[in-house]
Amino acid sequence: MPYIKCLYCRECGREYPVSPEHVCEFCFGPLEVGYDYEAIKKVISKDKIQNGPLSIWRYEDLLPVARDAGIDMGTGFTPLVKADNLGKILGLNNLYIKNDSTNPTFSFKDRVVSVATNKALEFGFDTLACASTGNLAGSVSAHGAKAKMDTKVFFPSDLEQGKILGAAIYGATLVAVDGTYDEVNRLCSELADNHKWAFVNVNMRPFYSEGSKTLGYEVAEQLGWRAPDRCIVPAASGSLFTKIWKGLNEFHDLGLLESVNTIMDLAQPEGCSPIVDAFDQDTYHVKPVRPDTIAKSLAIGNPADGFYALKTIAETKGNAVRVPEPEVAECMKLLAETEGIFTETAGGVVISALRSLAKRGIISTDEVVVAFVTGNGLKTLEVIEDAADPVFTDPDYKSFQAALDVWNKRNL
Amino acid sequence: MSIEVRIPAPLRKVTNGADKVNVEAGNLAAVIEALNDAYPGIKDRLCDESGALRNFVNVYINGEDIRFLDGLDTLTKSGDEISIVPAVAGGY
Ligand SMILES: Cc1ncc(COP(=O)(O)O)c(C=O)c1O
Ligand SMILES: [Zn+2]
Repeated sequence: MPYIKCLYCRECGREYPVSPEHVCEFCFGPLEVGYDYEAIKKVISKDKIQNGPLSIWRYEDLLPVARDAGIDMGTGFTPLVKADNLGKILGLNNLYIKNDSTNPTFSFKDRVVSVATNKALEFGFDTLACASTGNLAGSVSAHGAKAKMDTKVFFPSDLEQGKILGAAIYGATLVAVDGTYDEVNRLCSELADNHKWAFVNVNMRPFYSEGSKTLGYEVAEQLGWRAPDRCIVPAASGSLFTKIWKGLNEFHDLGLLESVNTIMDLAQPEGCSPIVDAFDQDTYHVKPVRPDTIAKSLAIGNPADGFYALKTIAETKGNAVRVPEPEVAECMKLLAETEGIFTETAGGVVISALRSLAKRGIISTDEVVVAFVTGNGLKTLEVIEDAADPVFTDPDYKSFQAALDVWNKRNL
Repeated sequence: MSIEVRIPAPLRKVTNGADKVNVEAGNLAAVIEALNDAYPGIKDRLCDESGALRNFVNVYINGEDIRFLDGLDTLTKSGDEISIVPAVAGGY
């Protein structure tokens, strides 16, 4: 059962009633969900969680809406895989991949959208909407279909085919905007002011973003109720990154984890790395950039949670890593070839950051490291188009032998 | 002709519900002063004690983020359209 008390401004602390609002009227700070932690402490336990559903709803006590307020698509409780093959290459003995590409629409976005959709239903909305860099569009479209809501998804028109079709199939209204994600986001902010639509990542944002905490909870539970020594997380707006950290700390405050000394490392692609830029310049003021990256899911030039992400990095003595563009696809292949996990570009960014931190000796050999793989590779096929190099052969034994010899020579 | 400023929902209590306000001013800082003359208190919402724009306020002139222009010094002229948009901490 949810224990939501209020919304409050993260900057000035003013309290607001629980409603579809996301901005403080006084200082424009973002609104955050306030919980009755005293009440939660009385009911929550490892046993209770372990006996809950195998989805994000096992953590319902720490979410701003009930599972029964709406729909349950079975999001969450995704595999935490011990990555011994990749670990060996990188000299890491305790490397784990949190494989969140196995969610219902193949990205971590189902976590946030599940929470936002149920809250939108509870508020009585009949239209579900979003501004998306791709994965969100698919997730909102699927949830809107299941919840029988009118669904409108806005995205930059240069999106990958897999992301566009991955939203279209659910019957949503697609709005392809001739502009960057940041322009799509601004349009949606203005629309949200004047339409009674539940924009999951605009007016529903305080509730929506809470869904990402479940990644922190799950990883700690799957490690045997222990916080990782290090998390490596891809960032666009920076929200996921800060919410994983929040999740770990809530578990600690509730007595479910003995200690949390996790180092939080953030990864962005070179073509869109405004948070890393600010980190390098030792400032909390994130200067917006115009994105130009193959990691389109991370192409947010004006990351609104950048400020909080930088605070989290500082608090945990973490790193901000800028990944060279050519390494994105290369590291998608590296993860696939070593661990059998096919991730999208955001995952390539994380694996490249992991490799760079390991190579530079920043990660020590026995640290428990979790790299967050947040989306599925089938959605960004165009970036690995040259990966396929088949042995072409006629359908007979001799031809195959000859063709294989030629192929082997070429690939030596 | 004048400059049209689009007001976001969280500020409309200050503007008595108006979602658009017209002002005349030569740069963005002057636009904010003009808004504040019409609706006292609005500047405090937009700017901190030092007069700088608050962290979570985005301002666009004809669709361009003023941080790509000259910030509060950006020149404005009749016919410009200005949008004030709260940062959606943070858009995905
Ligand atoms: C696959 C994937 N990973 C990570 C992110 C980053 O999320 P955030 O905006 O919370 O930083 C996104 C955002 O769209 C994404 O699609
Ligand atoms: Zn405030």
